[in-house]
Amino acid sequence: MKKIKILVLAKQVPDTRNVGKDAMKADGTVNRAALPAIYNPDDLCALEMALSAKDILKNAEVYVITMGPTRAAEIIRESIYRGAEEGFLLTDRKFAGSDTLATSYAIAKAVEKINPDIIFCGLQAIDGDTAQVGPQTAEKLHFPQVTYAEELLELDSTKIVLKRRLERGVETVTAPLPVLVTVHGSAKACRARNAKRVMQYKHARTATELQEETRDYTELFNKRPYLKIEEWSADMLQANEEYLGLSGSPTKVKNIDNVILAQKENKVLTASDQDVEELMLDLLKSRVIG
Amino acid sequence: MKNVFVYCEVTEDKTIADVSLELLSKGRKLAEQLGVKLEAVVITDEAGETLTRIQDFGVDVIHVAENKELFPYRTLPHFKIIHHIFQEEKPEIALFGATSVGRDLAPRIASSLRCGLTADCTSLEIGNHTDNKTGKEYKNLLYQIRPAFGGNIIATIVNPDTRPQMATVREGVMKLEEATEKKKATIKKIDTTKLIQPEDLIIKIIDRHIEAQKVNLKAAGIIISGGYGMGSKENFQLLYDLANVLGGEVAATRAAVDAGFAEHERQVGQTGVTVRPKLYIACGISGAVQHRAGMDQSAKIISINTDADAPINAIADYAVIGDVLEIIPKMIAYYKKHSK
Repeated sequence: MKKIKILVLAKQVPDTRNVGKDAMKADGTVNRAALPAIYNPDDLCALEMALSAKDILKNAEVYVITMGPTRAAEIIRESIYRGAEEGFLLTDRKFAGSDTLATSYAIAKAVEKINPDIIFCGLQAIDGDTAQVGPQTAEKLHFPQVTYAEELLELDSTKIVLKRRLERGVETVTAPLPVLVTVHGSAKACRARNAKRVMQYKHARTATELQEETRDYTELFNKRPYLKIEEWSADMLQANEEYLGLSGSPTKVKNIDNVILAQKENKVLTASDQDVEELMLDLLKSRVIG
Repeated sequence: MKNVFVYCEVTEDKTIADVSLELLSKGRKLAEQLGVKLEAVVITDEAGETLTRIQDFGVDVIHVAENKELFPYRTLPHFKIIHHIFQEEKPEIALFGATSVGRDLAPRIASSLRCGLTADCTSLEIGNHTDNKTGKEYKNLLYQIRPAFGGNIIATIVNPDTRPQMATVREGVMKLEEATEKKKATIKKIDTTKLIQPEDLIIKIIDRHIEAQKVNLKAAGIIISGGYGMGSKENFQLLYDLANVLGGEVAATRAAVDAGFAEHERQVGQTGVTVRPKLYIACGISGAVQHRAGMDQSAKIISINTDADAPINAIADYAVIGDVLEIIPKMIAYYKKHSK
């Protein structure tokens, strides 16, 4: 039986949900360096769906692609710890400044090198919330798409059955392979790291990461070649440079305003009995409540 | 050519979705400002009454695609038809609701036409733009304005060189306003039989159950909303207690939903529901701009927060500084004491 290739598209994102005080610079701009980098939450759900797909099919392998700077290799290690076989880091200055269209072009070029049967990715990433890269990648590959997937119901080597979570209910669809699936944050949470895999892969590095290591990895990598995380540049993807980075991005940021709140005249109260009673009386008198 | 297009989403009960009517209202203003026409696209099995409703919004042209395969919505056949219309008509602007349909369809279209798309805009305006590098000037672009990066910034996005300029907008963000002068739209029927190919129908819908939304935040006059500062799902019970007493509904911020304190359908903000109740009580909410975008039009806002510097206080009518777990029971007690 043919081996099924399952691919996960994952992104490393700044943790915008935990923006601390030092996350803003003195000039009011965002200090990206101060934000912790995490595995995008929806993408973790996508990884879980991919791993459960492998559990169902038996004869399947899970690969991961991520795009970003050197430190995004962490996403690949994390995926491997949890059960993925191998990952590829798309990294190149030429990718910098990509909007969703340029991103999906680069990813689609990388996907073509792997030639998967099923692609899982998160519905959206918390740093942009656009939900665009999934459908755009599907279009570039001429794959059908199933978005908002919440549960994998059935799978064999020819088709997949998925439950979709929509605004006002659920929908069950069946799609032939190949297909791209975007996974909703309400899907099953990702399984934990596997301790054995952590031990086995904790020294997995990209070539760029190795250059930054003080210790000599040559012998270790000769013995265990699987520890090498491949980096793919624009050239290796045979990508058309016009479609990458800023030049491949039709959307331009015209300007950015830091958020400044207009002060509204307000009453400041304390938690004292007297203050809370005054508040409730005010609301009752003005007929806002009651 | 060069007109403003709105994709009109057809709901389960075969009416046009509110978000599409809101976009027609906004689209009409943009078209007037640009001196171009407003065109609507309806893709369904039988358009019927929806065409009458769309004409309440001052639409010049309605493109209608009818075929039994086109309802309920599936990505590929709808994509084929829109792609065809946009290639023929070359719109200047194309607007989609930021629903599970619009967010599925619009990116696929933008990819195939290689044009720019901005998600979840909170404001759309017309303005000029000069490219910083080339110095090239662009007149009358669509400013697509949205909060970004955890709500710490408001970004204005433009698509200088590609058309259509595409944007999605959440329900409730734009005002629904019928045209004062009604006019009859030209109906253009699309021959779907040529466009829809068997490969567009490979995804089959096996089952749909439509569960009406359990929570209807938009209809609530009083909303008690909790943030991450509530601390736990158990503490959220206090909000339900207050909501029961005051006759309101409970809402939550994105952070509280992500933390599992409340269900997703209770989320207020840029990526949730936009509400305009007569009273909004924000409990343990710091007030990120994405949350405020969904509630700052509330008639009266009370914030309850331990942090006197929380941004929410700046838009609150009453800022109660203190522990929400202590204050809510007192509010319930004093309400009961005085309301009789």
